[in-house]
Amino acid sequence: MRGGAVTTGSLLERESSLGVILMLPGALLLMVFMAYPFFLGIWLSLTDSGIGRVGRFIGLQNFVDLLSDTIFHQTARNTLIYALVTVPFKCALGLGLALVLNNRMRFSNPVRAAVMMPWIVPTALSTLGWFMIFDPVFSPISWLLRHVGLISKNINFLGDPGLAIASVCWANIWRGTPFFGIIILAGLQAVPADLHEAAAIDGAGLWHRFLHVTVPHIKGVVLIAGLLSVIWTFADFQLIYVLTKGGPANQTHIFGTYAYQIGLSATEIGMGAAIALYMFPILSVFAVLLLIYLRREE
Amino acid sequence: MVGGETLGRRTLDIYLPLAFYLVFLLFPFYWMSIVSLKPTNDLFEMKYNPFWVQRFTLENYRYLFENTAFPEWVKNTLIVSVVSTIISLVCSILIGYALARLRFPGSNFLGVGIFLAYLVPPTLLFLPLAQVIVKLGLYNTYWALILTYPTQLIPFASWLLMGYFRTIPKEIEESAMADGCSRLQILVRIVLPLSIPGLLSAGIFSFTLCWNEFLYALIFMSSGPMKTIPVGVVSDMIKADTLFWGSLMASAVLGSFPIAILYSFFVKHYVSGLTAGAVKG
Repeated sequence: MRGGAVTTGSLLERESSLGVILMLPGALLLMVFMAYPFFLGIWLSLTDSGIGRVGRFIGLQNFVDLLSDTIFHQTARNTLIYALVTVPFKCALGLGLALVLNNRMRFSNPVRAAVMMPWIVPTALSTLGWFMIFDPVFSPISWLLRHVGLISKNINFLGDPGLAIASVCWANIWRGTPFFGIIILAGLQAVPADLHEAAAIDGAGLWHRFLHVTVPHIKGVVLIAGLLSVIWTFADFQLIYVLTKGGPANQTHIFGTYAYQIGLSATEIGMGAAIALYMFPILSVFAVLLLIYLRREE
Repeated sequence: MVGGETLGRRTLDIYLPLAFYLVFLLFPFYWMSIVSLKPTNDLFEMKYNPFWVQRFTLENYRYLFENTAFPEWVKNTLIVSVVSTIISLVCSILIGYALARLRFPGSNFLGVGIFLAYLVPPTLLFLPLAQVIVKLGLYNTYWALILTYPTQLIPFASWLLMGYFRTIPKEIEESAMADGCSRLQILVRIVLPLSIPGLLSAGIFSFTLCWNEFLYALIFMSSGPMKTIPVGVVSDMIKADTLFWGSLMASAVLGSFPIAILYSFFVKHYVSGLTAGAVKG
């Protein structure tokens, strides 16, 4: 009995064994519900599995088939637009927001809390607000434009194939702007005030100071926020699911929603897994870039 | 130059852009709130200004509690979020402490692995994960979400806590160890009390993410009374042609409310948590 207690005790005292023991509970969850499904997904993508049907191994057939699937082409194009076009807007608007918030003002805490709301509240629910703002009948934007006489007929934000992708991008920019704002604000507050003063004394104008004092200080956080945002937007699901479900005519499908439609609605799990896995190489590139940058910073 | 700044200039430089941002970022919430407070018929009344409430009513909120499963969804969301957050915090404290303070074989590799796990999106995993959930018999139970949410939370929370633990001077721990405290006693009695702000950040972050999660909840908890708020509202309140905008918006407002309140109280903790990852690396 006593011997057993001593062994347990020393296991918990020796750094090497204690470290491993402390990692176990979290690592176990990550293995069962993240690592294992990842490899299971690779296996599924190599089969013709369906729901309730054990698949046969068919090699890379799913991946090859997708290459000649025009909806998949559309999906890939939409995803790139959705992830890459929105990020510069979020970044620019977030930078503006941060510069405004960085001034001393009254009520700065409630204002900060308020502007963070799009990022904080459940996206599926705030997107319902946009769902109504973009409605062909009840849209307040259409109402306003009609009243000032700019349009005569309501705009069909989500039903018009050309407009739909712009509308979902707009909602995404709205949601992501506060994230950039707060991250950049933290970067701005790390800029030593005397640097600005010294530059001002040297006669540097506002623009010059921004370019040579502010930008070098916030470059790093902007890059990190940008890479994270690309990864998250690329792999998004709920905003598009709520607004359009990928429609009209697949004009707003992204990898996540298309994988859901093929994998669950059409019950072709193997094909759905292949669609999702097409994200992997692109996500890896951005993840590796982020990792390299963070390592270099250290 | 700073002293000579007039009110007019401040208005132009600060308050005007600020007003733009407030309108841009808050309008959807304003819109949801006023629609939720109007009788449905008023929406169709073209002579009314849609940006204002002419006839105030709480009917939409009453409908939500009496004619929908909304109260059930609130209960489910609360249970899942609280239990998941606790599990994630416990795991993250242990991982964070191990990575911050202990040297053990593979710790470097595990650190990078945890960071990469932070970048794995649910959309990459949901199809195979659905099969795992079904095979384990967890489908349509609380456990389906309680056990899968931590995979999205542990990576960030461990990272954040590791940063916090590293700021605690090693000497405190060393002197406690000289007094005969074990590592675990040190963790519980010294490190955790000194890390309360970090624990709060990680806790709020985790709770918010659980409350807001959509994809896993949509797939793993699909039967009526087991849904969470976001999924219940999106899948049960939107019924093809007859859209009850008032109660739909009321449910969106109510579902967002707890997070908005929680966040307003702890804005500093959340922001420091959010920026810790990005600024400190």
